[in-house]
Amino acid sequence: MTTGNAGAAQAAVLDEGVASVAAPAARRRTGLHRRQWSALLYLAPAVLLYGLFVLLPALHTFWISLFSWDGVTLASWVGFDNYRRVFTEPLLRSSVLHALVLILFFAVLPILLGLVLTAILSRHRRRGMSAFRVIFFLPQIVPLVAVGITWRWMYADDGAVNQLLRAVGLGSLTQAWLGDFDLALVAVGLVGTWTLTGLTTMLFLAGAAKIDTALFESARIDGAGAVREFFSVTLPALRGEIGVALTVTTIAALASFDVVYVTTNGAPGNTTTVPGLLVYRLAFTDGKVGLASALAICLTVLILLVVLVINTLVGGQDRR
Amino acid sequence: MRATRGENVVGYLLLALMTVVTLVPFASILLASLHAPGTLIAGLSIPTSPSLDSFRRAWTAASFGRLLINSAIIGICVVPLAVVLATLAGYALAVLRVPAGGFFFRLFLLGLTLPVELIVVPLYFDLRSIGLTDTYLGVVLAESALFLPFGVFWMRTHFRTSPRELVEAAQLDGAGSFTVLTRVLLPLAGPAVSTMAVLFFMWSWNQFLLVLILLQDPTTRTAPAGLGFFVGQYTSDIPVLCAGTLIVILPIFVVYLLFQRKFISGMLQGAVKG
Repeated sequence: MTTGNAGAAQAAVLDEGVASVAAPAARRRTGLHRRQWSALLYLAPAVLLYGLFVLLPALHTFWISLFSWDGVTLASWVGFDNYRRVFTEPLLRSSVLHALVLILFFAVLPILLGLVLTAILSRHRRRGMSAFRVIFFLPQIVPLVAVGITWRWMYADDGAVNQLLRAVGLGSLTQAWLGDFDLALVAVGLVGTWTLTGLTTMLFLAGAAKIDTALFESARIDGAGAVREFFSVTLPALRGEIGVALTVTTIAALASFDVVYVTTNGAPGNTTTVPGLLVYRLAFTDGKVGLASALAICLTVLILLVVLVINTLVGGQDRR
Repeated sequence: MRATRGENVVGYLLLALMTVVTLVPFASILLASLHAPGTLIAGLSIPTSPSLDSFRRAWTAASFGRLLINSAIIGICVVPLAVVLATLAGYALAVLRVPAGGFFFRLFLLGLTLPVELIVVPLYFDLRSIGLTDTYLGVVLAESALFLPFGVFWMRTHFRTSPRELVEAAQLDGAGSFTVLTRVLLPLAGPAVSTMAVLFFMWSWNQFLLVLILLQDPTTRTAPAGLGFFVGQYTSDIPVLCAGTLIVILPIFVVYLLFQRKFISGMLQGAVKG
């Protein structure tokens, strides 16, 4: 306030005027207040269930991670020693590295493939797309355990992958894919690529269908070819979809369990262990519940960090 | 815009290629499963005398009948519970003025990114101490809780885009908050609710790590968890293993074909919203 006392006095008068007018409004506000508290009743059941079965266990995991505990006898306090072990023990550290490698196959590859397919398919409406969509979503609706078993058989010595290689004259490349120290992780990763490429492609095609066709037309009038058109019109418009796809697929990579459990179970020689697998193994077969909990916390922090980075990069402009 | 002939051909070739890549693994297990149990197969090979014996063997060996019933019971309980709770909470956060609504909303938002790995370990020990491991109830509650962040987010988004005037008109007529929900908003929320229900059922059916840990007893185990154990026993009998896999896939595949539009729109919008 720069006008001094006069202004203040005037404001006071105005305030009084407002006060007399506001009396019914105030009553209405208390009415709203009553409704507000009853609104909690609608929220309470969900918050209660979510709190009891997700949030409390999450906090409990952190608590357990501060102990050395075999799940049976008395636990002993070790502070943050379990976390030190996650970062220093090769088995645990490598599982996190494997999960990071899987991002390449679960997130980067499906997104690149999805973008290439979208660049080619989105320029024109096509007949029969809804039938293709039903097929491309199939890997998404099937239990991942079933996907894992299917690919175990595909990758087997006399499975379809080797059969195909022989058929095209690449017989020298045939091998037991999931048994190879160097290739097993790649093979598992490609199962993720197979599972998630349909999703990313459909996501991008749906996004591209929302682009104003006038943008394409003006790009074409300017003489833009298919490639320029993709980079100047389609790609910028898909920013939001790419962010979403990156978030979903990266979480799928970092938190992977089902496919790894049935295809390799970490073998050969722990070259395909992932954090999810070790959390299960440490807690329920090795009796290292505290260590498993510390790993679970580290995995969660890693996921939250990655999601945060992706959201910052994409700009979060479509987050409502 | 019309495509040039060349573009059209390239486009359809790509679609055809992607279809083949998507379907070959399914064809591979289907062909394998039609062989007699114990047959040594080489890749994609059409059985000379197709038989369903491998399905019979798998069905009895892993008692898939029991496993499928368990999965169905859990799914059928999870869906209504999670749908009702998510709808109520989504309504409160979108339409009513909840104290600390922003805080609660952020709390649910956080849950969208939390992995199952974070909670299974204490969940097992806590539920065991109150006798809820190896029970449907424990798994139903845990799965519902896991699906709530998405459900709350989904329903909140839906209610926020519902016409505000309808709600205000009903309030002026003296309708209470529950009447507004049941008489005004829910009749318009059919598609949103049913899409969410279909997604919940799929997630419940496909859930693996959680049930692997919470249901150790073979008689309460779900189909995917049973399949997980089945792999260990029938490692080398490819026809029987593939038949078992198809038995677990088939129910969710049928549900998918019946509700394909809901599945697809749910997964596309759900990803964007989630």
